[in-house]
Amino acid sequence: MNVEPPVRVEDKLYYNRYLVDIGHPHVKVRAHTTPSPQLLALLKACPARCYELNDDGQVEITVDGCIECGTCRVIAEPTGDIEWSHPRGGYGVLFKFG
Amino acid sequence: MIEERFDAIVVGAGMAGNAAALTMAKRGMKVLQLERGEYPGSKNVQGAILYADMLEKLVPEFREEAPLERHLIEQRFWMMDDRSHVGMHYRSDDFNEERPNRYTIIRAQFDKWFSSKVREAGATVLCETTVTELVRNERERIVGVRTDRRDGEIHADVVVLAEGVNGLLGTRAGLRARPTPDNVALAVKEMHFLPRETIEARFNLKGDEGVVIEAAGTISRGMTGMGFIYANKECISLGIGCLVADFQRTGQTPYGLLDQFKRHPSVAPLIAGSEVKEYSAHLIPEGGYKSIPQLYGEGWVVVGDAAQLNNAIHREGSNLAMTSGRIAAEAIGLVKSRGEPMSSTNLAIYKKMLDDSFVIKDLKKYKDLPPLMHTHSQNFFLTYPQLISKAMQNFVRVDGTPKAEKEKATLKSFAKARSWTGLFGDAYRFARAWR
Ligand SMILES: Cc1cc2nc3c(=O)[nH]c(=O)nc-3n(C[C@H](O)[C@H](O)[C@H](O)COP(=O)(O)OP(=O)(O)OC[C@H]3O[C@@H](n4cnc5c(N)ncnc54)[C@H](O)[C@@H]3O)c2cc1C
Ligand code: SF4
Repeated sequence: MNVEPPVRVEDKLYYNRYLVDIGHPHVKVRAHTTPSPQLLALLKACPARCYELNDDGQVEITVDGCIECGTCRVIAEPTGDIEWSHPRGGYGVLFKFG
Repeated sequence: MIEERFDAIVVGAGMAGNAAALTMAKRGMKVLQLERGEYPGSKNVQGAILYADMLEKLVPEFREEAPLERHLIEQRFWMMDDRSHVGMHYRSDDFNEERPNRYTIIRAQFDKWFSSKVREAGATVLCETTVTELVRNERERIVGVRTDRRDGEIHADVVVLAEGVNGLLGTRAGLRARPTPDNVALAVKEMHFLPRETIEARFNLKGDEGVVIEAAGTISRGMTGMGFIYANKECISLGIGCLVADFQRTGQTPYGLLDQFKRHPSVAPLIAGSEVKEYSAHLIPEGGYKSIPQLYGEGWVVVGDAAQLNNAIHREGSNLAMTSGRIAAEAIGLVKSRGEPMSSTNLAIYKKMLDDSFVIKDLKKYKDLPPLMHTHSQNFFLTYPQLISKAMQNFVRVDGTPKAEKEKATLKSFAKARSWTGLFGDAYRFARAWR
């Protein structure tokens, strides 16, 4: 299974309905110079690929596509690398099927 | 502050919260239920199989009213390697009964309906409201909640935490530990739409009959995990989940795994030509009996996934959630009927009643299985599926090799891959944990 076509997560997120709470991100990454192993793990483990590496090699998050699974919380909240809350009531992902 | 005082506040309108709110409202208690989603179900993800018995205890007439998809007449277990699967199918016309035992459902739609029953029973249900904090009095008793609405604090005699696996409130208040990467799995899932007739032809069904497929093997690339394919009326729920610790350790991506599962030659024909309408993800509690936290305290109880009440081996969760919600509500009702305070001592009856139910009995039976699966995941999810597939192929291929020679080759491949001590060790450990 080596010839694996790249998966476009953005296309998957496009199926979903969101009510983005502009200006109120519910997950934040703590400022850092070198990312911890936990933060680096989120680049792969987040099912919505919300975490990306910026040009300076730091981990950044864009929460717009977040499906609120909590995986990043379980991995990186204990180390203080991220702060995780639920979006404000009514905001965020809205599953039609679930 | 909302001046009104409630007998109970239920946080969450999932399976556990709805069962608890419904049960208390039916007993005439004054119940407030808070849900952060736009509507109940808008945040929830499930396979999903609904077990009728546990719902029947709450809403006896559900078969006439609830949005059900298909009743299950067949269960398939697949052991997969990269190109094949070895399957066990159980199909029985007995399941075409008057009151079917299991159904597939679509969670967002089901939860909306379930919640309508809670409202009918007289509970106040407020959606679009995230509870941000639990409120304590000077004696450390939980006496209410704070929300992100302007009204702020709301008070009640008891708070039922039905906030699901990723519940923040209980962990922030120090009532239980945060889930850890090795006691929760991450599942990703898609909804594939196809015409009804196509689904029925592909799965060999008629009318509202349904099939579920549970799959394990190389599809999880050596991680502890499982795939699933459930037939609904006009769509197929398809997903795969693995332990978060395994994702963290291996750097595999959840969507990569899902796409590989979809492209597997045994799976692809089932969903060919479908239109995908949703991509979702959710955690599943996998720690079993040993990870169940403290279940009650001064002014609070915890139910469902928030309490890790989930049987990952049997893929049961919503029925444990419903049952724990109902039992917690009955326990609260008992304390109230005696006119006693919702203290830790009085609420201990919830745990006692839960211990006597199938919920804790089942979880206790499998208490050693999750750790075994997790520490031996390479064997159970990679080596054995490959070996079994090879053995099957060897068995069915007719090529002039004498049967005795074939058997010898098969046995040798097992011994080579795992050594006899390894094989017996695994079998012994598995049997012990299953007991
Ligand atoms: C992919 C997948 C497949 C599954 N398949 C099956 C299956 O086939 N059969 C089965 O029985 N089980 C299955 N399960 C397990 C089942 O989904 C869960 O066990 C069940 O949903 C748990 O119910 P719950 O009420 O405890 O939590 P949930 O259903 O998760 O409900 C929690 C609710 O609380 C709300 N909430 C959380 N925090 C707050 C807050 N602070 N303020 C307000 N509201 C809040 C959430 O929005 C949510 O509505 C599956 C799970 C997954 C992820
Ligand atoms: S909650 Fe899940 S989807 Fe959202 S950022 Fe974290 S890992 Fe990604």
